Parts: sequence; structure tokens; C-alpha cells
Amino acid sequence: MRRLIRSLKEIFSLLIKKEFAHAGIKTKRLFMGVKFTDGLIYKTLIYALLFSFGYVYLYPILYIVTNSFMTMEDIIDAGIKWIPSSLNFENYRLVLVELDYFKSLLDAFYLASVPALSATVSSAIIGYGFARFNFPLKKLLFVLMLMTFIIPPQITMLPMFRMFSKYQLLGSIKAFVFPAILGQGLNGALFILIFYQFFRMIPKSLDESAQLDGATPFQVFTRIYIPLAIPSIIIVFLFSFVWYYNETYLSGLYLRGSDLLSLPLKLEQYINNYTSIYPEGSQARELMQAVKLAGNVLTLLPLLILYFFTQKRFVESIDRTGITGE
Amino acid sequence: MVKAIGKIFAKIGFIWDKIKYALSHNFIFRSSSNYWTFFSFIKIKITNKRRQSIIGLSFIMIWIIGYLIFALYPIFYSLYLSFFKVKLDGANLNMTFLGIDNFKAAFLYDPYFVEILVGYIIEILINVPITIVFALIIALLINQDIKGKGIWRTIFFLPVIIISGPVIGELMRQGATTLPSIREYDLIRMVLNNINPGIAAPIQSLFDTILLVLWFAGIQILIFLAGLQKIDREIYEASMVDGAGPWASFWKITLPSIKPLISVAIIYTVVSMSVFSLNRVIIYIRNVMLGESTDALINGYGYSAAISWIYFIVMVLIILIFVGLMSIRKKART
Repeated sequence: MRRLIRSLKEIFSLLIKKEFAHAGIKTKRLFMGVKFTDGLIYKTLIYALLFSFGYVYLYPILYIVTNSFMTMEDIIDAGIKWIPSSLNFENYRLVLVELDYFKSLLDAFYLASVPALSATVSSAIIGYGFARFNFPLKKLLFVLMLMTFIIPPQITMLPMFRMFSKYQLLGSIKAFVFPAILGQGLNGALFILIFYQFFRMIPKSLDESAQLDGATPFQVFTRIYIPLAIPSIIIVFLFSFVWYYNETYLSGLYLRGSDLLSLPLKLEQYINNYTSIYPEGSQARELMQAVKLAGNVLTLLPLLILYFFTQKRFVESIDRTGITGE
Repeated sequence: MVKAIGKIFAKIGFIWDKIKYALSHNFIFRSSSNYWTFFSFIKIKITNKRRQSIIGLSFIMIWIIGYLIFALYPIFYSLYLSFFKVKLDGANLNMTFLGIDNFKAAFLYDPYFVEILVGYIIEILINVPITIVFALIIALLINQDIKGKGIWRTIFFLPVIIISGPVIGELMRQGATTLPSIREYDLIRMVLNNINPGIAAPIQSLFDTILLVLWFAGIQILIFLAGLQKIDREIYEASMVDGAGPWASFWKITLPSIKPLISVAIIYTVVSMSVFSLNRVIIYIRNVMLGESTDALINGYGYSAAISWIYFIVMVLIILIFVGLMSIRKKART
């Protein structure tokens, strides 16, 4: 900005001195820059694009936040689109009380963090094994590991559902912890890849010297590599946590009819109960729209808070998978 | 925190050592520095290479067990089920062999499945290139010399934490994922009204889903951004000295160097769109599995296993087509 004002000043002073040719060059430089990418036209274009994409990206979030404050009259009134006529916390109160929000939130955190933690531990161990040791069939196993990423859960869902019901794991968190602890949790392949890439980068001389001092392979892993891998551990845990928190497709199946429901599922259940009471098109149903949105905002809120505090970690993550090739 | 985690692992390591001692000093199996002895008379010499592979395998072991139980077994079991008519008889499964009748029924008898599947294929074929292009554009934008890089990155990566969740379904139902303001422009409406409806309809639906498509681009943006940052700045400077503008250097430098990443991004996009919880095909598969249809022929475990296999094969084919297209263009150029 300061540079822009300075160059405008220069151009005007040149114009006053009637050095038109010089002023022309300066103007051209201002708009086109020395190599075009530093000119004003280019900059304007970039920021215009950024702002329009930013608007598109944030639009739904703005939409749910503003609409969740609306009263019944606001929803019906076609004139009110964005800003509710008054700040109305009734929707939020309903959700907080009816959903027993804080207890549900605790449940949801429990349901997400335990599997996420098990997935983090197991993928660290597995990633270390793949990265540091040579053994027969390593390549084949690694490819099989990557392949698990593209197998849709629909294929394995049914046999797993049978298996869990046979061993009475349905309706408990174990249905998520057991696959996670064995490296088959949600997007497990991705996490193993992150650790694999990380452990491969560390020079081997480090653990050779530890081995000379008499450390067992497992000690080398826990005392040397785990402390080094803390950033990767945090990333993997965060991602895993978010994915488990948001997971509804499988948890809707495995946890059906149990008391332990994740927050999104509980919200869905509550909405379904509520809407079935009222007939189609009635005003109470219209109001439910706003209540639903309030519920969604409250479901999303913990994740958003988590994200804003840790967004650097999320953004780092792709670098750590090493798919960009080292 | 670092120390706390370290301490926890150190403690686990101590327990592990005890277990290991018990396992390696008993009458069945005894290990010394150079030999392993089984039952006191079978001796195996341990070379360094062997030891390495045994330690490695023991680290991988949890994955191998998990793979057998939670991946390989379910895959083959569902393939097996897909050839049967499965009836639930209490806790037992009552199975009748059908051969490939389930697969036939999916294509010839089921009134919904083919339609839903074709819709999915068209959607993927249109949306994946759009997602990739937008992800690339946004990654290029953020990679410029701009103010507030962190804020922009935060915004563009935000969808990743939302798209995997149920909130997105609510947004779709409420129409918040369509951008009303785009269609309110007179110019666009006029264009849409005046061209052939065969062309207008896809464009129309594109406007309706554009936001969702953009929201799928979060991880892909990061993939491209990581790739872009790895390109040496000197190459650009050298090309600029030789007179290449930003346009030329994009096609000649940027695109070739992130080309391998495009394939990765495509695979990721196809997979994430295919397992997206609001995808109509997977909702249909779950409904069939839970027995919500009344028609006995296209209901139950066997049939749902069959259609999920068809779905998986279609998905793999789509990935192969995209990746194949990428490699063909590469060959043509060199």
C-alpha cells in the first residue's frame, strides 16, 4: 500500500514537471511491474480471486451461523435473508437443554479420542517397522497397506458388522478401538504413511550408536524416535480425532440403539423425533430448521476451536506424508 | 508434554523388557547373541540380516494381524456372500447359493441401482477435474507473494474438518451449498436460458454443486502447495531472464514439476468422493443391507455385498481411467 502511494506521488510530481515520457514509463511500471508479477494489475487480480474464493468457501459457515439465530418469523419472512431481526438464543437454549449438550460433548470426545489415540500409537509402530527394517515381502506388504486406503468401507462393513455382533462389540467403543489399534482405523494407511516418511528421514547412525550402548530395538524406538516424532504424533492425532468425531456412517451402524452416541448422531436422532411429531409444512417444522442449524453450529464448534488453535499442524501434514517426493 | 509422553513410553518399554525376557529365556525357546535354540536341540544361527527382518516383522505384526482380521477376511467374506441369498435366521445366516444372480439382478432387475450408479459415475467424471483445477488455482494463488498467507491457508483448509462430518448434509438439505448469488446475475441467467438445454443442464447443476466440489479440494490444495514450494525459485528466475512470462513458466515449469502430484490428488479426490457419507450409492448400499427395501430379490446381505463389489470395481476403474489419461499425455509430450 505504501509503495503504491509513493509511486503515485512520483508519477504526479513528474506530470507537474511535464516530463510526460518519464511519467508514462513510471505508470506502466506501476501497472505492469518490472516482470508483470509485481505489477498492480497482477496483484489486483490475485486478491480479487482470493477474496471471491474465500467468500465461496466461507459462505456456508456464515449461512449456518446467521440462520441459527433466526426466530420463526424470521424464517418465514422472505425479506430477511442474512441478518436475523434480533439476536435470538432460544434455538441454542433448546439444543443445549434437549440434547444435554455438555454430556453429549464429553461422550463425543471420548468416542473420538480413544480410537484416535490407538490409531496414533499403532500407526507410529507400524510406520517405524516399515521405515527402518528390511524383511522379506516388505514391498508387497507396503503396497497392500496403501491399497487399504482405496477399499471403500461398504465392502468390509457387513462382515465386520457380523463379526462385531458375534463377539458382542456392537454398541461399545471397542468396535472402533480394535481396528484402530491394529492399524486399520479410519484412513489408517495415510497415518502409517506419515510416520513411515518421517522415520525414514532420520539418519540411521542415531540408532546404531544407541544399539552399541546396549539398547534393545524397542528401547531405541521409544526413547529416541518417539520424542523426535512428537510433531508427527500431534498431526496424526488431530486428523484422526477430527475424522472420528465426524464419522457417522459406520458409527450409525455399530452404535445403533446404544446409549453411547456421538454428538452428530444424537442431534440427528433428536431432530428425527421432533419432526415426526409435527405434520409436514407446519410452522413448528419450519422452526426446526433454525434449531437444527443451531445444533449443527454447536456440533461444529469444538472442531472449529480446535482447528483455529492448531491449524498450523494441519497445514504441515501434507509435507510430512512426503508424497511430494524427497 | 514431550517429556510426559516420553516417560509414558519409557514405562511401557520397561514392561516390554520384562515380557521379552520371559519370552526369550524359557525351555521352548532360548536366545543368545548368536544362536536361537528351540527345545534345547534345534539351533539356528542368527545373522544380522535375519535379526533385522525378525525385528522388523515384529513391529509390523500388529498391522499384519489387523489386515487379516479387518481387511482381508471381510473382503473375501463379502465376496463370498455376494454369491448367496442370505436370510437372517436369528443369529445365524441362512444361505442359498445363487451364483451370479445377485450381480445380474443389480443390472437387470433393480430399478434404482443402475440409475444411481450412472449418476455417480457422471458426477465423478465431471467433478474430479473441476476439483483438481480449482485446487491447483488456489494453491498457485496462495503460493504467490501475498499478505496474510496464514489466514488464507486457514480459510481454504477449513472445509477439511467440515466435509467429513454430518454438518455438510444439513447444509446440502438447506441449500446452503449452492451459491444463490451466482444464479441471480442476469447475465448468467440469460446465457443459461438461451443455449441448448443439453448444455445448460450440466452447467446449471455445476452451479448447484460448485461449493461442494470446491470444499472437496482442501487436502488437494495442501498437496499442490507442498509441491509448489519444492520447486526451485532459481528455475523461474532463469526462465524469466530468458524472457518467459508467468503464463509460459506455468506451463513449462510449474505444471511438469507437479504432474506426479496430480495423480495423487486425483486418487485422493476419487476415494474421498466415493466414500463421502452423502454419496447416493453408499446410502443405497446401507439401506439394502439393513433390509429397508420390500422386494426380496434386491434385499439383504448377499445383494448388498454384490452391489458394493460392483461399486468398488467401478471406483477402481475410474481411478485407472484418470491415472491412465495422465500417463498418456506424459508420453505424448516426451
